[in-house]
Amino acid sequence: MKRKRRPMAFAHRQKLVGFLFTVPFLVGFIFLFAVPFYQAVVISFSDLVLTPETFELQWKGWANYGYALQVHPEFSKTFTEVLVKLATELPMIIGFSFFAATILNSDFRGRTFVRTLFFLPVILSAGVVLKMEMKDYAQIMVTHLQQSAPFFGGAAVQSFFDAARFPAGMVDYVADAIQALPTVIRASGVQILIFLAGLQSIPREVYEAASVEGATGWERFWLITFPMMGPLILVNIIYTIIDSFTAMNNKLVDLIRETMLRGAGYGVSMAMAMIYFAAIGLVLLAVFGLLSRRGFYHV
Amino acid sequence: MSLAAKEKWRKRVVALLRTVLLIGIAYVILLPLIYRLSTALMSIEDLYDQSVRWIPRNPTLRNFRLVWEHMEYPRAFMRSLFLTALTSALQLITCSMVGYGLARFRFPGSKLIFGLAIFTLIIPPQLIMTPTYLSFRFFDFLGLLKGRSLNLIGTYWPFILMSLTGTGFRCGLYIFIMRQFFRGMPKELEEAAYIDGAGPFAAFWRVMIPGAVPGLITTFLFSFVWQWNDYLYVTTFMAGRNFLPQALEGAASRVAKAIDEADALASTSGFLDDHFYSLINNAGMLLVILPLLILYVFLQRYFVESVERTGIVG
Repeated sequence: MKRKRRPMAFAHRQKLVGFLFTVPFLVGFIFLFAVPFYQAVVISFSDLVLTPETFELQWKGWANYGYALQVHPEFSKTFTEVLVKLATELPMIIGFSFFAATILNSDFRGRTFVRTLFFLPVILSAGVVLKMEMKDYAQIMVTHLQQSAPFFGGAAVQSFFDAARFPAGMVDYVADAIQALPTVIRASGVQILIFLAGLQSIPREVYEAASVEGATGWERFWLITFPMMGPLILVNIIYTIIDSFTAMNNKLVDLIRETMLRGAGYGVSMAMAMIYFAAIGLVLLAVFGLLSRRGFYHV
Repeated sequence: MSLAAKEKWRKRVVALLRTVLLIGIAYVILLPLIYRLSTALMSIEDLYDQSVRWIPRNPTLRNFRLVWEHMEYPRAFMRSLFLTALTSALQLITCSMVGYGLARFRFPGSKLIFGLAIFTLIIPPQLIMTPTYLSFRFFDFLGLLKGRSLNLIGTYWPFILMSLTGTGFRCGLYIFIMRQFFRGMPKELEEAAYIDGAGPFAAFWRVMIPGAVPGLITTFLFSFVWQWNDYLYVTTFMAGRNFLPQALEGAASRVAKAIDEADALASTSGFLDDHFYSLINNAGMLLVILPLLILYVFLQRYFVESVERTGIVG
C-alpha cells in the first residue's frame, strides 16, 4: 500500500516543483507585462496628464487613432515604408542566411575564423550603435559608396536584365536586392546561426544512405536538407520579423518615441504603437497560416 | 579525363568560388568597421579633402582623446559595466530556472507559460514602455503602499525587478534557449541525483547547472551584448544619467561646444558640424564596441560551438 502511494506523491510533488521554477516569470509576466500592456491599450484611448504625485487619464475614444492615421504628417508614410522594407528584405535575409549556413557547414580551411566573422554583425549592429549610424554622416557615405561600387554594379545588372527582357517588376526587385545586400548580410547573423545548428543536427548517415542509393548532390539538397530545415525556416522568418520590428534603426519606432517625448503626446504615441502591433500580429498570423497550411511546418 | 580527375577539378572550382564569395561577404561585413576606424583617425582637414578616401593623410588620436574626455569614458564605462553585469547575471539565473522548469516538468499550464514567454518576445518593448515607466515612476508595491508611491526611476530597481522576473529585454529568448538546452541533457543525470537523496532544487543547482555551462555562456553573451548596446531601457529608466549610450549620444555636441568656445575655426557652418560630429561619433562608437569585441574574441568559441551543438535548436 505504502509503495503504491509513494510514486503518486512524487509525481504530484514534481508538478508543484515545476510550477515553482517558473513562478518568477509568471509574476513578472502578470505585473510587468500584462498590466502594462493593458494600460497601454487604455492610454491609447485617452489623454494622459502627468501630475507630480500621480497621473490622470481622460477618455478620448478613437480620437488618437484618427489623429495618428489621418492628421499626423509622417505616420502613415513611415508605416508603409517600414512594411515595404520588411517585405523586400525578408525573403533575401532568409535566402542569404540559408545559403551562408550551407557554405559554413561544409569543410574548408579557416572555417572557424569565417564563422567568427559572420556572427560579428550580431555584436556590431545593435542598439545604440545602430541608432547612431542612422544619422552619421560618414556611415551614410559608406552606404552610398557600397551601392555605387562596381563590385555590386547596380546599373550593369539592370542593363543585363533589360537586354534579357525579364518582366519589369522582377528587374526592379533584383536591382533593389543588390542595393540592399549589405544591409541584408548584416541583419543575418542570428539566422545563420539557427540554420547552421539545424544543418548540424541532420545525421550524416542519411546523406550516406542517399548517396549509396545514387542520389546526386542536387537531389540530396532538395529531398533531404530542404525538408529537414522547414521548421527552422519558419523560426527564422519569425525572428527576422521581430528583429526588424524592434530594431533601433526602425524609423517607425523612432517616430513613436519622438511623438511620446516631443510630439503629440502619450496617447497618440500609444495609438501608433497599437496600430503597429496589430500590423505585426497580422503579418505573423499570415506567415503562420500560409506556411502551416502547406504542411511545411510540423510541430 | 578520368572520373577521379574530373572530381578533383570540380572540387577545386567549388573551393575557388567559395573563397571568392566569402571574401566578398567578409568585405561587406568589415567595411563599416574599417571605415569607422579610418574616419575616427582622420583630422578634420582629411575629411574635407576629396582625395583622402581610406587612409588618413594626417592621422590623429585627437578624436579619441576628445571623445574620451567628454564622454567621461572611464566613469560611464564602469557604470555601464556594473549595470550590464548585474542585469545579465540576474537574467541568467531566472531564465535558466524558468527554462529548466519548462524543460523537465509537466504541470497544468506549463505549455501556456512557455507560450507566454514566446509572446513577450513578439511584443516590441517600445509598445509597453510608457506604462512600464509609469509603474516604476509611481511604484506602490502592487497597491500595498496606499496613496504613497516610490519613484524608482533613476535607480537600478527597474532593471533588477525586470531581470529577476524574466521580463527584461529579450528574456523570452533566453528562456527558450535554456529550455532547449536542458531538454537536450540526459535525464539520467537528475535521476542519479534523486537516488542519492537530492531534492529537485539541489539536483538543478549541483547537477544540471554545471552540465549546462555552454548554454549558460551563450545566454550570457547574448544578454550582455544586447544590454550593453541597449538604448531604450537605459534612457527611459536612467534618463539624464551618464551611461555609455547617453554619453555617446551627447558627446559630439559637448565636444563641439567646448571647441566652439576655444577655437572659432572648427565650427563656421552647419555643414562643417556634420563632418565634425561624424569624426567624434565614429571614435565614440568604437570606444563603445571595443569591450564587446574583446569579450567576443575570448568567448566566441563557446558562442559558435554551443549554439550549433545544442543551443537554439533542440
